[in-house]
Amino acid sequence: MKLITAVIKPFKLDEVREALTALGVMGLTVTEVKGYGRQKGHTEIYRGAEYAISFVPKLKLEVAVKTELVDAVIEAIVSKAKTGQIGDGKIFVYPLDHVVRIRTGETDSEAL
Amino acid sequence: MNALAKNLTKNQGEERMSLINRLSGAVGAGALALLAFAGSAAAQEFTVPEATIGDGNTAFMMIATVLVLLMILPGLALFYGGLVRTKNMLSVLMQVLSISAVMMILWVLVGYSLAFTANPNEALNPFVGGFAKMFLAGVDPTTMGATFSNGSYIPEYVFVCFQMTFACITPALIVGAFAERIKFSGMLLFMIGWSLLAYYPLAHMVWYWGGPDIFANAKIALLAAGGDAAPADAVAAYDAIIGDAGYLFTKGALDFAGGTVVHINAGIAGLVLCILLGKRVGYGKDAMPPHSLTMTMIGASLLWVGWFGFNAGSNLEANGTAALAMINTFVATAAAALIWAGAEWIFRGHPSLLGGVSGAIAGLVAITPACGWVGPMGAIILGLVAGIVCFFFCTTVKNALKYDDSLDVFGVHGVGGIIGAIGTGILVHPDFGGTGLADYLSVPGTFQTGAVDIAAQVWIQTQGVLLTVVWTAVVTTVLYYVINFTVGMRVKEDAEREGLDISSHGERAYNM
Repeated sequence: MKLITAVIKPFKLDEVREALTALGVMGLTVTEVKGYGRQKGHTEIYRGAEYAISFVPKLKLEVAVKTELVDAVIEAIVSKAKTGQIGDGKIFVYPLDHVVRIRTGETDSEAL
Repeated sequence: MNALAKNLTKNQGEERMSLINRLSGAVGAGALALLAFAGSAAAQEFTVPEATIGDGNTAFMMIATVLVLLMILPGLALFYGGLVRTKNMLSVLMQVLSISAVMMILWVLVGYSLAFTANPNEALNPFVGGFAKMFLAGVDPTTMGATFSNGSYIPEYVFVCFQMTFACITPALIVGAFAERIKFSGMLLFMIGWSLLAYYPLAHMVWYWGGPDIFANAKIALLAAGGDAAPADAVAAYDAIIGDAGYLFTKGALDFAGGTVVHINAGIAGLVLCILLGKRVGYGKDAMPPHSLTMTMIGASLLWVGWFGFNAGSNLEANGTAALAMINTFVATAAAALIWAGAEWIFRGHPSLLGGVSGAIAGLVAITPACGWVGPMGAIILGLVAGIVCFFFCTTVKNALKYDDSLDVFGVHGVGGIIGAIGTGILVHPDFGGTGLADYLSVPGTFQTGAVDIAAQVWIQTQGVLLTVVWTAVVTTVLYYVINFTVGMRVKEDAEREGLDISSHGERAYNM
C-alpha cells in the first residue's frame, strides 16, 4: 500500500477527483494549504502598496491506494492537474504500513 | 418676522450667501456703488414670504440625516475595516462607532452652539460661535432653522441632527490614517479636542450665517432708510446683520456640503497624525493587504448611497438644487471610479476593485463642495480630475514620501477635497454649466443668481483651503503632543503586533 500526497492548483480538484474515482479510488482527503516552489509566489497591488505573496494557496490531496494502483493514480493526477504553467504542483509517494477502518475494524487493503 | 428670525438657526451649505455680500456690497467700501444700484429698485415694494415649515422639506431632511448616519455606520466602518488586517478589524469598527457616539453627545452639549450661534465677542464671531445654545438651550419643537429660500424653514431639531451627523463623520474619517496602531483612549481624547478646536470653528467659519430672511429684511430696512442715501447708523446696522456670519462665508467661499469643513479638515488632520505617530510596525517589509475587499466594497457602496443624504441634504430643501446635487453625486463618482480603475489598467495591467471604489470615494469627496454649484458636465470633469490626481497621490506620492497613511485619508479626502474646493470656483461659472453665485440682496425676498468672476472666486476658494489646512494642522499637532505626553497616542509594539482587536478590545473578529 502507498500513501500518495499531491499538491495541486485548487481549480484542478474536480477533474482530478473524477479521474481517481474512475480508477476505483474510494476515498480522498483534501486540505487547503499554502506554500511555494519554483513559482515563488506572486505580487499583489493594493492602491500604492505592492506585496510579494510568497505562499501561494494550493490544495493538498492525500490518497491511500493498493500498490498496483500507484502508477495509474500518479498518471491520472499528472494528466488532470497539469496546465503546463509553473506552479502545477508535486506528487509525493510514501510507503504505508497499516490501515484500519474505524467502523468495522477491517484492516489494510480491506480497509481501503 | 424679525422675532422669528432671531430664533433661526444659521445654516450650512450656504456660503453662497457670502457671495452675495460681495455682490451687493454689503461690506465696506464696495457698498456704495452697489447701493446705488439697489437704490433704483427702492421704489418697489419688497416683501419677504411668511416663515413656514414645509412638511416635504422636513421629511426629506430627516431621511437625509439618517442617510448620513448610514454612511458612517456601517458604511465608513466597513470600508475601512475591510482594508485592515484581520487582527485589527474590530478596532477600526469600534473606533468609528465610538467616535460617532461621543460626537453625538458632544454636539448637543456644546458643538451645535459653537458652530451655529453668534459669538458675543465680535472679534471671535467670524471664527467660532458662542455658548448661547449649549445643551441645546432655547431649541424646542417650535424653533426653526433657515434653509436657502426666503420664508422656508425646517424644524431646528432636524437641522441640529443633520449637522450632528457631519460632526460625527468628519472625525471618523481620520481613523483611516492611524489605523492599526492608535491607542484607543488617546484617540478618543484627541477627537474630542479636535472637534472643539478644529471642526466646530471650521463649520462656523464656513456655514454660519443669518439665513435668507435675515439678509432680505436687513436689506429692506436699509432701503427704507434711504438706500444709498441711508444715514450712517442704518448702514452700520445693515453691515452688522450681514456681517454676522463665519469668516469664510463672508469672504464668499463656496462649500456646498463640506469640502473644506469635512474632507480637507479630516484629510490634513490624518496626514499630520500619521506622520507624528510614525509608521506601523513592519510597514514596507511585511505584507499588509486588505483582509476583505468584499467588506470594503459593501462599505464604499453604502457610503455612496448615504452621500446623497450628505450632498442633496445639504441643500436643506427638496427642490431643484437638491436634484442637481443628486445627479452630480452620481456622475462625478462614476467618472472618478472609471478613471482610477482605468489608470490602473493602463499603468499596471489590471483594473482592480479597490481602485474602482477608491476612485468612487475620491469622486464623492471632490463633488461634495461643488454639488449644488456645478452642472453635471462640470461634475464629470471634477470627478475625472479627482480620480486621476488622487490615484497619483495614493500611489506615487505616498510611496515617494514614505508616510504611512494607512488607508489614504489624505490621498483621497485631503487631495480630493482640495481639488473639489478649487474646482468649484471655476465650474460654478454658467459658461461651464454652473449655477452662478447666490444673491439674496439685489431683490430682497427672492433668490437671484449672480455673476462669477472665476479668478476672484478661485482665489477665495484657495484662501478657504489654506486657512483650513493651516488651522487643522496646527490644532492636530498641538493636540497630538499634549495627549502623547500624557495618555499616549500609540499602542506598545507588542500590542500592535498582536493586533488591536485582542490587545485593545479583548475580542476577535472571526472565530472560525
